[in-house]
Amino acid sequence: MIDVLNAIVAFLNFVFIPAAAYGSQLALGALGVTLIYGILRFSNFAHGDTMSFGTMVVILFTWAFQSWGISLGPLPVALLALPLGIVITALMVLASDKVVYSYYRRVKAKPIVLVMASIGVMFVLNGVVRLIIGPSDQRFADGERFIINAREFKEWSGLAEGLALKTTQGITVVTAAIVVAILFWFLNRTRTGKSMRAYSDNEDLALLSGINPERVVMITWIIVAALATIAGTLYGLDKVFKPFTYFQLLLPIFAAAIVGGLGSPLGAIAGGFVIAFSEVMVTYAWKKVVTYLVPENLEPSGLLQLLSTDYKFAVSFAILVIVLLFRPTGLFRGKSV
Amino acid sequence: MKKLLLASAATALVASAASAESHMSEVKFGILLGFTGPIESLTPMMADSAELALSEVNESGNFLEGVTLSAVRGDTTCVDASAATAAAEQLVSEGAIAIMGAACSGASTAVLANVAMPNGVPMISPSSTSPALSTVEDNDLFFRTAPSDARQGEVLAQVLMDKGVESVAVTYTNNDYGKGFSDAFAASYEGMGGSITANVPHEDDKGDYSAEVGSLASAGGDALVVLGYADSGGKGVIQSALDTGAFDTFVMGDGMYADSLVADLGSSMVGSYGTVPWSEGEGADAFAEITSAAGINGESSFTRESYDAMALLAMAAMAGGEATSEAIAANIMDVANAPGEKILPGELGKALEILADGGDVDYVGATGVELVGPGEAAGSYREYEITEDGYETVQFR
Repeated sequence: MIDVLNAIVAFLNFVFIPAAAYGSQLALGALGVTLIYGILRFSNFAHGDTMSFGTMVVILFTWAFQSWGISLGPLPVALLALPLGIVITALMVLASDKVVYSYYRRVKAKPIVLVMASIGVMFVLNGVVRLIIGPSDQRFADGERFIINAREFKEWSGLAEGLALKTTQGITVVTAAIVVAILFWFLNRTRTGKSMRAYSDNEDLALLSGINPERVVMITWIIVAALATIAGTLYGLDKVFKPFTYFQLLLPIFAAAIVGGLGSPLGAIAGGFVIAFSEVMVTYAWKKVVTYLVPENLEPSGLLQLLSTDYKFAVSFAILVIVLLFRPTGLFRGKSV
Repeated sequence: MKKLLLASAATALVASAASAESHMSEVKFGILLGFTGPIESLTPMMADSAELALSEVNESGNFLEGVTLSAVRGDTTCVDASAATAAAEQLVSEGAIAIMGAACSGASTAVLANVAMPNGVPMISPSSTSPALSTVEDNDLFFRTAPSDARQGEVLAQVLMDKGVESVAVTYTNNDYGKGFSDAFAASYEGMGGSITANVPHEDDKGDYSAEVGSLASAGGDALVVLGYADSGGKGVIQSALDTGAFDTFVMGDGMYADSLVADLGSSMVGSYGTVPWSEGEGADAFAEITSAAGINGESSFTRESYDAMALLAMAAMAGGEATSEAIAANIMDVANAPGEKILPGELGKALEILADGGDVDYVGATGVELVGPGEAAGSYREYEITEDGYETVQFR
C-alpha cells in the first residue's frame, strides 16, 4: 500500500504537476494564436515575442513595485503589475496592427503575406525586448515559493517520495482556469463576443448584419494581448524569463493550437494539455514509478524511458504531423490549415 | 638636467639596440592563436603575455650568445582547420622554430598533424583542454600548459570516492566540453568502482528542465553531478531538482563555479561541492606583479598559461644550448619539472643564467607548471564546498 502511495506521489511530483502547469501556460498561449487565426485569419508568428514583450513590461513594473516596498504577502507582486502590463502590451499590438497589418487587410492580401509580415513584427519585437531588458535571464518572482514543500511533505507523510507544489504552479493553474472561464463567458454571452464569433464564422454575413469589422479586430487584439501577457508572465514566474525561450515556445504553442483545431478556443486548451502531457510523459523515465508498483524481483533494470529528454520538441512535432495527417481540422474541428 | 640625461641615455640604448640587431642573429617563435573567431576576446591578452616572456628574456641579456628572440603572430580562426594549418605553415616558412599555440583544441590538432609533425616543430598550447590531445600521435612535439578535461574528470571522481559517494546521476551540457568532461568523469568514476545511474545531457538556455530532472530523479543516486554552466542550463537543472526535492547534494565541474550561483540559489546549496582549476601562491602573485608593471591584463583567462608556454620554449632552447626545434623539443620536460631550482615569473633571466652554467631548473611559473604523461599540465584543482558563507576551500589537488 505504501508502495502504491509512493508511486502516485512520484508520478504527481515529476509528471502531473509540471505537465499541468506547463499545459496551462501553453493553453493560454494557444488561445491567443487561435483567436488571431479565427478572426484575423492568419498564423501570428509574433505571438511568442508578444508574450515576451508583455512579460518584460510586467517585470519592469514588478521591479518598480518591489523597490517601493509593495508586497502581496505569499503571492508574487507580478500579479499586481499584470494589469499594467496588459494595458501597455495592448497598446503595443494595436500600434503594430495600425502600422503593419491594417494595410494588408485593406488590400485584402493573402493570409501568407500576413504571416510573413508577422515574422517581421516578431524580429522587431525580439530586438526591442533585448534592447530594453537584455538577452539574459531575469528573476522577478517573490512571495512564498512553495505551497507544498518536498522536504516537509516527506516528513509529514512519512513516505519516501517528496511532493512539491510551487506557488507559481498553483497560481498558473488557477489563473488559467479563471481567464478561460471569463473568455468563454465573453465569447458566448456578451454582444461583442457574439459579434466576434459571427465575424469569425462568416465575414461577409457579419458585415451585412452591421458588425463593425474594425471594432472586432481591435477587441481581438486587446484580448490577445491580455492572454499573451498573462501566459508569458505565468511562464516567467514559474520557470524563468529569457527572451529566447519565449521564441522557442512558439513551436509547442502552434502545435497545441493546431492539434486542438485552429480557430477553436476549446481546442486550444485541450491541445495545450495534450502537448504538455505527451512531452513530459514520453520523455519521463518510468523506472521509479514502476519499481514501486511491481513485485520486488521484477524491478526494471533500465530507465524505462521511451525517448531521451533531448527529443522533447520532437514529441510536439510528431503529434503535429500525426494530427495533420489523420485529422487536419484538429481534435475539435477547427478550420483546416 | 635629469630629463636630458635620461633622454640621451634612452637614445643611446635605442641606437645600440638598432646597431646590435644588424650583427646579432634573431630567432623567431610563432604565436599561433585564434585572433579572430569565438575566443577573439581572450587571445590578444594571451599573446601579450607570451610576448612579455620573450621581452623578459631579451632584456636579461642572458640568452644564447648574440641571439635575440622575436615573436611572429598567426591567426588560426579557432574554427577552421585549414586556415589554422595555413597560418602555421606561414609561421614556419618565416622561420619560426617553435610555436606557442594553438588555442582551440581543434586548431591544435590540425596544426600538430599537418605542420608541426612534418616539420619537426614543437608546439606548446596554452589552452587546448580536449582529452583527445592526450592520446594523439605527436612525435613528442606537442605539449600544453593547460590541463586536459580528462584530468578534471579524474579529480572529481576522486573527490566523490574520498567522500564515500558511490552512486551518482550525471547531467552535462550538450557540447564538446560537457560531453568530453562527462565521458572522462564516467570512465574514472566507474573505474574506481562507482556507479552512474543515468547520464543525461541538457541543452543550455531552456526555460524548463523538469523533464531532465524527472529522468535523473527516477534513476536515483546519492548526488547529482552537474557538468554545465553556472549562468545557464546547469543552474536551471539544479533549481528544478531543488524544487522537486529530487536531489539535495550537487557535485559541480569548473563551469559551475560562480558567485552568482550561490547568491541565487542560497542556502539550499549548502553541502554541495565541486572542483575548479586554480592557480595560487607565489607564482600567480609574481605574474600579477610583472603584468601590471608592464601594463598588460594578466587577469584574463589563459594569460598565465600563455606566459608559461613561451617561457618554457625559451628555457628549453637554452638548456639544449642552441636555438633549434630539436633542442627545444628535447628539453621542455626537463626545464618544466623537478629537479632543479624553482623559477617564478620574472625570474627568467636567473633561470637562463643557471642553465648557462649547466645547472637545472624546475619551472614553476604562473600556474605551477608540472608536465605529466604526454607533456601536459597536471593542473591544480581547488576542491571546494559550499557553506553558509559561500565557497570554502577544502584542499588543492
